[in-house]
Amino acid sequence: MDRALIPDGVQRDPLWKFILKLGPVVAVLIWGVVAMFLCWIKGLNQTNMNNYYGFALWIWADLAVIALGGGAFFTGFLRYLVGKDDLKYIINFAVLVGFICYSSALLILAIDIGQPLRGWFIFWHANVHSMLTEVAFCLSAYFGVLTIEYIPLVLENRQLDRVPFFHHLSHNMHGIMAVFAATGAFLSFFHQGSLGGVAGVLFGRPFAFREHVFIWPWTFFLFTWSAAAYGPSFTIMLLKITEKITNKRLVKDNVVQLLAKISGWMILTYIIAKIIDTWYWAAVTAPSKGFTLIDFYSNNAFYGLWILFLEIVVGGVIPAIILVSDKGRKNAKLLFLAVVLGVIGVSVNRWVMVLQVMAVPIMPFDQWALYLPSWQEVATTILPVAYGVILIALSHRYLPVWPQERELNPIDAPSAPEAAVAEDIDEAAEAAPDGDLAPAQA
Amino acid sequence: MKGATTHRYGMVIDLDKCTGCGACMIACMAENNVPFRDDESDKLLSLTWMRIFRLNNGKPFPEADVCYLPRPCMHCEGDHGHSPCVSVCPATATDYSRETGIVSQIYTRCFGCRYCMGACPYKARLFNWWDPVWPDGMEKFLNPDVSPRVRGVVEKCSFCYNRYQLAKNKAFLEGRRELEENEYQTSCTQACPAGAIVFGDLNNPHHQVHQLVDPDMAHGGRPRNPNAFRILERLGTNPKVYYLSSREWVRRSGDNTIEGEGKLKSH
Repeated sequence: MDRALIPDGVQRDPLWKFILKLGPVVAVLIWGVVAMFLCWIKGLNQTNMNNYYGFALWIWADLAVIALGGGAFFTGFLRYLVGKDDLKYIINFAVLVGFICYSSALLILAIDIGQPLRGWFIFWHANVHSMLTEVAFCLSAYFGVLTIEYIPLVLENRQLDRVPFFHHLSHNMHGIMAVFAATGAFLSFFHQGSLGGVAGVLFGRPFAFREHVFIWPWTFFLFTWSAAAYGPSFTIMLLKITEKITNKRLVKDNVVQLLAKISGWMILTYIIAKIIDTWYWAAVTAPSKGFTLIDFYSNNAFYGLWILFLEIVVGGVIPAIILVSDKGRKNAKLLFLAVVLGVIGVSVNRWVMVLQVMAVPIMPFDQWALYLPSWQEVATTILPVAYGVILIALSHRYLPVWPQERELNPIDAPSAPEAAVAEDIDEAAEAAPDGDLAPAQA
Repeated sequence: MKGATTHRYGMVIDLDKCTGCGACMIACMAENNVPFRDDESDKLLSLTWMRIFRLNNGKPFPEADVCYLPRPCMHCEGDHGHSPCVSVCPATATDYSRETGIVSQIYTRCFGCRYCMGACPYKARLFNWWDPVWPDGMEKFLNPDVSPRVRGVVEKCSFCYNRYQLAKNKAFLEGRRELEENEYQTSCTQACPAGAIVFGDLNNPHHQVHQLVDPDMAHGGRPRNPNAFRILERLGTNPKVYYLSSREWVRRSGDNTIEGEGKLKSH
């Protein structure tokens, strides 16, 4: 039914199967949308946040997806500005993941604010001293850049590409994509850094506060660096999951290896800088405010030193060691383990910089404040995941996301007329699995 | 944020006099149209511009001792002229007045991001999780000088700023520019039956608040009175609420200290 929309020379499930597979994901999406409207209509009393937990699950999700979506700007930076040409085979997917992450971040922010209709005040009454102001401006601008980077891919849909205007538009946009990649990298350096500043400048919160050189440039660069380091790991993780689900290889190993190697070295350098930051904070900054390291990790039911270990060692040192080693990268299981640990590591980092900051008592006579998110918070946090799965599935089905797919998954489909492709592709593949294909488009 | 503050309105609370009766909290709620719900059992959702903490010295009878500590907004100036909350607000919905030293909250501009709540170490900023619902007939008794807040915005103690405006209007009509000490007093100050709360201009040596704490303005307003202290002095928030106590354990409870510094477990 939709075969005319599917890229040439690739094999996709019949439409009924595709819809059936997406069914549960759509159900989750609807669950999230219901929760979203509950929050908008009834207000944030639908959450389990309180006056001690002004920032909670949503802000963590925001920071996490923005860090994980960093694969888009950094892969673009490597591809267009550094000249790592092989990454052109994965840049489409990196952009798609980034687009999903950033649109999700904006959606979550729109749910998170108490007066959504006043959201534009952040631009209109902007306080230039606030980290959130910079984040809002750069994040919105960068989402615009990601949209511009995603549009050419959409226009390359087989049917849209037939329209001369769209064809030329996408061609010309590709021609100047380096400009947008540079703009994206520039904007990302700002908003990723400012997200570090969001917690780091809170001098009333000794758990988050960093001073002197450890706030600027250290914390700012730690956040930018970690997004650049772990973002590509997230891209690789999603690529591997997509390959598993679709049961086909979509990107050649040398491309994945290159990105994994870069990600590994980035994680290694980041984690060294993070350890230095943690040491100075624990040994100098926190004691100057009357706190020892253990004060932040004791006398409560959840936060212990295990979370510091999980973030730095399990989610930082271990994936870095695996990814910088040639053997580690080339072992498929170790590679997947490393990128998963990396994703956990950066997510835990964002978690502690949001939720643990809120949980730690500051006044000596105050108590730890722990919270469990409400189902509405959980549903609206999972909502972007469902949305992301759907957008990846749709893009995978209808857009030429994978330049190497035809080469890696040759099918003996009738080469010419469109009408011929309209035959059942499954049958064609079964009939002649070893057929030759034209080289992939760059 | 630069430049000297003309007036520096502040508060001194004598913890040796406070009985924890809660009259200050009630007066505050009535004065400022602070809404409440049928079920206020979850105090982390309550709107209490003035909240009373109960401290104890952690010792068994007969040495056990208790102290009640009222906590309004501290109206921090910060050591470098930056309140923890003012500089972080992305929409300039909270401001530090160089005329009064009061940290304001512009309810109509706040869009409820709650970054200021995260920045405040005193947990003095509160969020309107619900729209205010007044018991039948009570809306007729709301204070017409204070605007009620809608759901989704942050609010906090304003040092009864509406009273400052009324006093300024009166002074203007009488051809004066300056206020007398008793012309501008907060509702909690007036409601305290023990006279534990004193309010005035910390910059004015004739005001009682100045005389009680003798603030050292060259060092971020630190009190020279050995019985006076501020909460979380070490963070550099430079608050304008001072506490008095003759009990050492109470004074030490105001700040965090590490092992060698003789930390007291107060809860």
